[in-house]
Amino acid sequence: MTFSVRKEPNSVVVVAVDGQLIVGNRQELKQKILDSLDAGDRKFLIDFTSTGYIDSSGLGVLVSLSKKIRDQGGDLRLAGLNEDLKTLFELTKLDTLFAISDAPAEALAAF
Amino acid sequence: MPAALSAAVRPCERALEGIEAELQLFVPSDVSFVEEAVELVARHVEASFVDRRTVRFNVRVALSEALANAILYGNGEDASKGVSVHVLFGRNTVQIEVTDEGGGFDYCLLPDPVLPFARMLPRGRGIYIIRELVDEVRFNALGNSICMILRRD
Repeated sequence: MTFSVRKEPNSVVVVAVDGQLIVGNRQELKQKILDSLDAGDRKFLIDFTSTGYIDSSGLGVLVSLSKKIRDQGGDLRLAGLNEDLKTLFELTKLDTLFAISDAPAEALAAF
Repeated sequence: MPAALSAAVRPCERALEGIEAELQLFVPSDVSFVEEAVELVARHVEASFVDRRTVRFNVRVALSEALANAILYGNGEDASKGVSVHVLFGRNTVQIEVTDEGGGFDYCLLPDPVLPFARMLPRGRGIYIIRELVDEVRFNALGNSICMILRRD
């Protein structure tokens, strides 16, 4: 499980989650994004195209990051969720809290 | 990286009705072991289940939740304590029991995490998610052991 971070020409920081986003690695994702927020970045896209599963600790970090980014005047978007992950967001009603796009390119264009 | 976990399925030695095999695993109270423990158990469950999607996603998420709760809240990440995972493979069911060494909790007191105010909170979704992903959930009287039951339909 790894996180890769890149910055797009339109200043969007894209974090790709390769593997799982669970209790064992959620702090690593949180710290990467908070460091970037501290450095002045305000637009974030988390790409779940290569993600297997997410547990409630991972969802909790996304909720926490969403608030912190919004409080700083920023924007967090999610993309690339497979059918299982979409179901998880729906059953926890978190699909109402996040801007979710099917494809990362679609999310990038929405900033 | 944590040391590797290992466990093997063996024929059930006890006289439990309908139970054909069992697997027992001890997981240290360290969240870095969760992913490996989940993979180990899920691989064995996968071999006995027709519905691969249930195992690929539901079992992995539910077990990750149960282990996280046991390590973080049950054992308080106390390195001197561990978490027991006991899987019973039956003709019609698979039961996954996760037990910590903590004092237990009252699962009846958990708030509904999908209420509008609760959606904004970073915690409180674990047991709700488990209930949504497996066929039946039971707790022991103390509240330090959760049993997740999957049925072969």
